[in-house]
Amino acid sequence: MMTVKVNGRDHQVDVEPDTPLLYVLRDDLKLNAAKFGCGLGQCGSCTVIVDGKAVLSCVTPMVLLEGKQVTTLEGLGTASRPAPIQRAFMEEQAAQCGYCIAGMMMRAQALLQRNPKPTDEQIRAELAPHLCRCGTHMRILRAVHRAARLMDTAELAPADNRSAQ
Amino acid sequence: MNAALILDRRRLLTGGGALIVSFSLTNAFAQDQNPAAIPPAPKPPGSLEKSPYLDSWIRIDADGSITAFTGKAELGQGFKTAFQQIAAEELDAPFASLKVVTADTKLTANEGYTSGSNSMKDGGTAIMNAAAQVREILVAEAAKRLDVPAENLRTESGAVIAPDGRKLSYGELVAADMLHVQARSSSKLKDPATFKVMGQSIPRVDIPAKVTGGMAYVQDLRLPSMVHARVVRPPSYGAQLTECDPAATEKLPGVVKVVRDGNFLAVVAKGEFQAVKAMQALSAAAKWKENAQLPKQDDLLSVLTTGLASKDSVIFERGNPSAGGQKTIEATYTRPYQAHGSIGPACAVAQFTDGAMTVWSHTQGVYPDRAAIAEMLRLPPASVRVIHVEGSGCYGHNGADDAAADAALIARALPGVPVRVQWSREQEHAWEPFGPAMVTKLKASLGDDGRIADWNFEVWSNTHSMRPGGAGCLLAAQHMAQPFAVPAAKPLPLPEGGGDRNAIPIYAFPNAHVVHHFLPDMPIRISAMRALGAYHNVFSIESFMDELADLVGADPVEFRLKHLDDPRGRDVIAKAAEGFGWNKGQKAAQDRGFGFAFARYKNLAAYCAIASEVEVNRETGRARLVRAVAAVDSGQVVNPDGLTNQIEGAIVQSTSWTLYERVTFDESRITSIDWQTYPILRFDAVPEKIEVHIINRPGKPFLGSGETGQGPAAASLANAIANATGKRLRNLPLTRKRIKDAFDA
Repeated sequence: MMTVKVNGRDHQVDVEPDTPLLYVLRDDLKLNAAKFGCGLGQCGSCTVIVDGKAVLSCVTPMVLLEGKQVTTLEGLGTASRPAPIQRAFMEEQAAQCGYCIAGMMMRAQALLQRNPKPTDEQIRAELAPHLCRCGTHMRILRAVHRAARLMDTAELAPADNRSAQ
Repeated sequence: MNAALILDRRRLLTGGGALIVSFSLTNAFAQDQNPAAIPPAPKPPGSLEKSPYLDSWIRIDADGSITAFTGKAELGQGFKTAFQQIAAEELDAPFASLKVVTADTKLTANEGYTSGSNSMKDGGTAIMNAAAQVREILVAEAAKRLDVPAENLRTESGAVIAPDGRKLSYGELVAADMLHVQARSSSKLKDPATFKVMGQSIPRVDIPAKVTGGMAYVQDLRLPSMVHARVVRPPSYGAQLTECDPAATEKLPGVVKVVRDGNFLAVVAKGEFQAVKAMQALSAAAKWKENAQLPKQDDLLSVLTTGLASKDSVIFERGNPSAGGQKTIEATYTRPYQAHGSIGPACAVAQFTDGAMTVWSHTQGVYPDRAAIAEMLRLPPASVRVIHVEGSGCYGHNGADDAAADAALIARALPGVPVRVQWSREQEHAWEPFGPAMVTKLKASLGDDGRIADWNFEVWSNTHSMRPGGAGCLLAAQHMAQPFAVPAAKPLPLPEGGGDRNAIPIYAFPNAHVVHHFLPDMPIRISAMRALGAYHNVFSIESFMDELADLVGADPVEFRLKHLDDPRGRDVIAKAAEGFGWNKGQKAAQDRGFGFAFARYKNLAAYCAIASEVEVNRETGRARLVRAVAAVDSGQVVNPDGLTNQIEGAIVQSTSWTLYERVTFDESRITSIDWQTYPILRFDAVPEKIEVHIINRPGKPFLGSGETGQGPAAASLANAIANATGKRLRNLPLTRKRIKDAFDA
């Protein structure tokens, strides 16, 4: 049994210590957002936040997560109460198939937490580890800029439950 | 014969608490109809031609909820939202009161494959006409009940309203069998000027789940007691499994079973990572006898033009002896094998219960896949149900169908247990059927008037579809102990074409001669990839147009307009040029270049023109797209933002194909097996700006948009690189090294 803290809650999971976090999130905790893309740390689809940093969950074994806080896209908000980053991606319609998007959003979230007003160049550099095959890049960039603005506003007035729908 | 199907639909409905009144108890499924029962011409439009019953497309429940059905599969193009808009518009029902059910062999019509940018043309047209005819039926029923002439009634928000204010909701009006009628050949469609929902950029219905971790993909399916399977693929095409050790693998933690059927080898475990580790162990102990002999990857030009036998046909001939050219040039263009490269490798879930197989798959064609899987399992097709669930974007025929077959074959060995198969990155890259390599040879003469007098175009290519098509198209069926042979390749017929898609010039040349050298033998596994042959043919034609324009010192935009009669084509060219700020005689800044290209996809679908600006680094040879401006005419626009998204994506994806991508292989094995060995575009190469201008054509047929940008984006980029460097590159991809070598030459 191993313990892992995900989205603020401790979970006991019966897995080997070398099991990558991704499989625990998807199979044991039944969370959809982090995706299997390559299992090699080459595409970014599996990205989650661990103690404030973007981490590739497909190559991060459980044994390294002792005492750490894992945040997945589910931990940020919901379709009816979206977090600023989620609202921004809805408002910019920043997806085609959307498979890579959750990972992109988590790295963008980590960036915005440490640098609330990144330049376009900084966003591009930050997202360099991430692949999108549909070619949604222009919208993803716009969504991250929008999220920065929304977070800026959200600091003044707490996030409401508006949704893009 | 439909008892089971109807029961299922009943369950579906009663689950929602609705009273079942709106669908037929007899022959509810159009695809089960005897074709002889369908009256002769004129045919109803779109996919209504093959599935003419209105209730195959639109269902209205007593509570007024409306469902539109389509046999097309949502692949991330966003058509599901567009179809909902179309149905809402023609029914005069609130957008949110509708839902759309997509490809499922038990619920929807057979619309074949979701391919060729045909979803709007086939399914969208069917739903539009079916919805309009359903609305007419409901109005006629209301006229009867209210004793008011139909022409005095109007429809709004899912109800029919009389001049005196009396109102009957669609739910009240609909009754058994009412919609089980065959579509007429024409419908009273709304005047586009009155559209409220169509033409609006309504947010996509699937995006909220995708950006909040909702259930969105086949990868997210978790059925009770589901187990995880991994396949051990051979190291190369045709390899024979000579030794393996299932017993040792079966002792590993969590392992449920090793499944072997000839050269098909897989392992099933309770936990997913247990399955991964077991696959690695099984794979390490397996021995294979390899016999593949792959062609020389650095010599595809001669492999295709002389190494492989070809079946040649003249596909276009136009002659006007009075037009003669003086200046003649020739050029040869090549394209390597290229990969779909889905970000999510193929995945499928299958369950075999009481002799019936259910498969959840991100296939592009649930019906053809059902037929192929049934053939592989030697089951009647009625015992196989294939349900489409979205996967990662596919851009054509990737590993999806093969994974579905893998899941079905493994699930048969574990009756009652849902089996989830997930391919690895390496398996997807090595085993997906690639976009075929191609060669084109062009030759043209220019007259004194600066016009092209004579045009010759030859293309060498494999087929561009090895989709099932029979069990023999599925890897699992090819690898079984009693294998199914790969069916003989066939060229896809014109006017859409395959390797010769867009090979016939759209321009008005007085003399033209086009030859298709069809190559039946496929040394590398290939199939349909977004735009098929049009990607390379448009790249070739539009590059060569610039070479010819250059020869007479003509402006590329003017030169194209000079040879093009099609008014809609001329409009997109003018629009893209205007949006870009294209000026005759313009000169880009140092190490920058401008490029232009145009095509009408398949010469019968959407029009697209793209102007590009690139920057080229002389030291490294690196080319970067700085900005692109596109103009597109896709007929009547349903969702402008959805259309824009498709074109933006086409430009970025085609830029990646064009600058970087090439499948690599040695004498026997595919060697580009991950994102290191098959690099694609990353954020550092994303342009500063992409602009898409839409020319809407209200009331005109839907032309689709998924593939229209691929060819023009490639040629526009290549032309801009030629403009920046003064060197013409004709071999794809236009890599750093090739650009640097051209500079240094």
